[in-house]
Amino acid sequence: MSRAETVPGAGREALPGAERETLPGAERETLPGAGRETLPGAGRRPQTTAGFLALFRNELHLTFRRLRTKVLLAILAVLPILIGVIVKVETGDAPRGGEGPAFIAQLTQNGLFLVFTALAVALPVFLPMTVGVVAGDSVAGEAATGTLRYLLVAPAGRTRLLAAKFTAGLAFCAAATAAVAVTALATGALLFPVGDVTLISGDTIGLGDALVRAVLVAGVVALSLAGLVAIGLFVSTLTGSGIAAMAATVGLVITVQILDGFPQLDAIRPFLFTHYWLSMSDLLREPMYWDGVLKNLGLQAAYVAVFGSAAWSRFTSRDISA
Amino acid sequence: MTRTPVTGDVTESAGGRGAEPRPAPVPVPAAAPAPSARPDADAVIRTRGLSKRFRGGQLAVDGLDLTVPRGSVFGFLGPNGSGKTTTIRMLMGLIAPTSGVATVLGEPMPQSVASVLPRVGALIEGPALYGFLTGRDNLVRFDAADPTADPRTRRHRVDEALERVGLSAAAGKKARAYSLGMKQRLGLASALLQPRELLVLDEPTNGLDPQGMREIRALVREVAAEGTTVFLSSHLLDEIEQVCTHAAVMSRGRLVVQGTVAELAARAQGRLVVRTPDVARAAEVLAAHRVGGLVHGEDRVDGELAVADEEALPKLCAALVEAGVRVHGFGLERGTLEDAFVALTGEGFDVAG
Repeated sequence: MSRAETVPGAGREALPGAERETLPGAERETLPGAGRETLPGAGRRPQTTAGFLALFRNELHLTFRRLRTKVLLAILAVLPILIGVIVKVETGDAPRGGEGPAFIAQLTQNGLFLVFTALAVALPVFLPMTVGVVAGDSVAGEAATGTLRYLLVAPAGRTRLLAAKFTAGLAFCAAATAAVAVTALATGALLFPVGDVTLISGDTIGLGDALVRAVLVAGVVALSLAGLVAIGLFVSTLTGSGIAAMAATVGLVITVQILDGFPQLDAIRPFLFTHYWLSMSDLLREPMYWDGVLKNLGLQAAYVAVFGSAAWSRFTSRDISA
Repeated sequence: MTRTPVTGDVTESAGGRGAEPRPAPVPVPAAAPAPSARPDADAVIRTRGLSKRFRGGQLAVDGLDLTVPRGSVFGFLGPNGSGKTTTIRMLMGLIAPTSGVATVLGEPMPQSVASVLPRVGALIEGPALYGFLTGRDNLVRFDAADPTADPRTRRHRVDEALERVGLSAAAGKKARAYSLGMKQRLGLASALLQPRELLVLDEPTNGLDPQGMREIRALVREVAAEGTTVFLSSHLLDEIEQVCTHAAVMSRGRLVVQGTVAELAARAQGRLVVRTPDVARAAEVLAAHRVGGLVHGEDRVDGELAVADEEALPKLCAALVEAGVRVHGFGLERGTLEDAFVALTGEGFDVAG
């Protein structure tokens, strides 16, 4: 290998006196930046509010532009259509009350009930699964692809990045709930009669009032998932594998719901984050019964606080070696 | 090892630096002076006793004292697994050191990431991109991650960075469709989204074809010429010799040596080469003059000079001629950085590429 040909200027050519280039003092003058005190444009820049918020906006963008997110939302949107069609076909002959998902009996009388039915069906399984996928992958997925290190040297700031991920997770909860509720409303209106709504307490309210309640119920459902977002985020900071974090989070949801089914575990059941989920149906009484709903929201807030802190403490102290 | 032949017969005056006796591995005096000799403000990166022990007990970096002068193109050299990337991750605040301190741009890391890193562009262990985003959207995201980046100039800066690395035409393509070279260039573009005081490039030419390597090196020189300090890690000696002014050598987690590239190369012991058809006789004469490590080749003998002063070489030459050796060529062959590395670490080096 002829090094001299490939290394011009390295002081190894067969020139007399070539070794003079290697004198230590002479080398300094060849520094490209020598003599330049400052670099135009480089240096400290102030942090701006718009700059700070840019990551939050970008995170939302990233979440909802992903094909995976769109597929999850599409699956959630198909669910109410399926329920609506099945109920329509099955009740063609003889209505059977008392069985099947919540509010199924009322559904045939009023299409609006499809919103409540679909939310009640989606809340225990489908919604938490999709939220588990999104929240579980949030940090671990970035670690797996290596983009996490580039975000952190940008520097995104670990707390800020975690906050952006949590915000995007909540936004996904809202979008997922909306996907179920909106298609349910459309399907219900298409397949069944729509009019005044008879509540489960027996009272009848107008369609406008009923729509407000539907929005309220959907809002409570979305917030019911906040604790799960925090749990998913925490799990996500524990591992460098997106798949593992997703699986762990979804597995946890299923395990907790099974535990919630054991009456023997009464001592811990009220502290399981799924325990008060279905209390949202209390909002379909007249007057609205807020007790369970408030307990649910309080429990979610506690989960957010506990697992949010755990995620923060883990993520801000962790070595990023992926 | 490619010790010979390097440049054919290199005729040099006696007392070439390459013939200096080799002391134990310590910093080259002129390049790593005592801290008082050069003000700290001049050092873009400075570490003292920086160490990292991973949870498995493995000591990845061991007592590193590194000084990177402002304005240099600093080559950070070492075989794979010698602790280069771990060091870079500590400098970038990604992992916390077990002990020791590191300052970057005069501020301690990892405590000062928020104020230091906006002024640093980095490419660490190859590019990492969002495959489902376009090249441009990848840059937009990394730029949005920097809270000091102005959203109003984002589009302009992203376009400029894309143009600089020659990716303007492919900016609208999804990153998963990029070749490795394009990904590498996009990674470089994200390091160049702002004017930087320091550019940290970890193996920037890894996996590139020769043309891609040349392009990246040209870009590095260009950035350096603007006054940005470049910290470039590599396991390719050629690369360091071609683009760097300074270099440090890591081996098994320890810093073996640091200094200017020319000084390091000079530390490789030069060899005396005599070209002659009378190989046997020449060897006798050389041995009589205390030239050790003789290697007989076809029409050449080479060996290590015990003493190399102004007098030794002419005397030796005269002795050869006196003994009737037909001297066709006589001189010192300079060492390469690779020779220096082998001499310092006793380790081989991956010179492929």
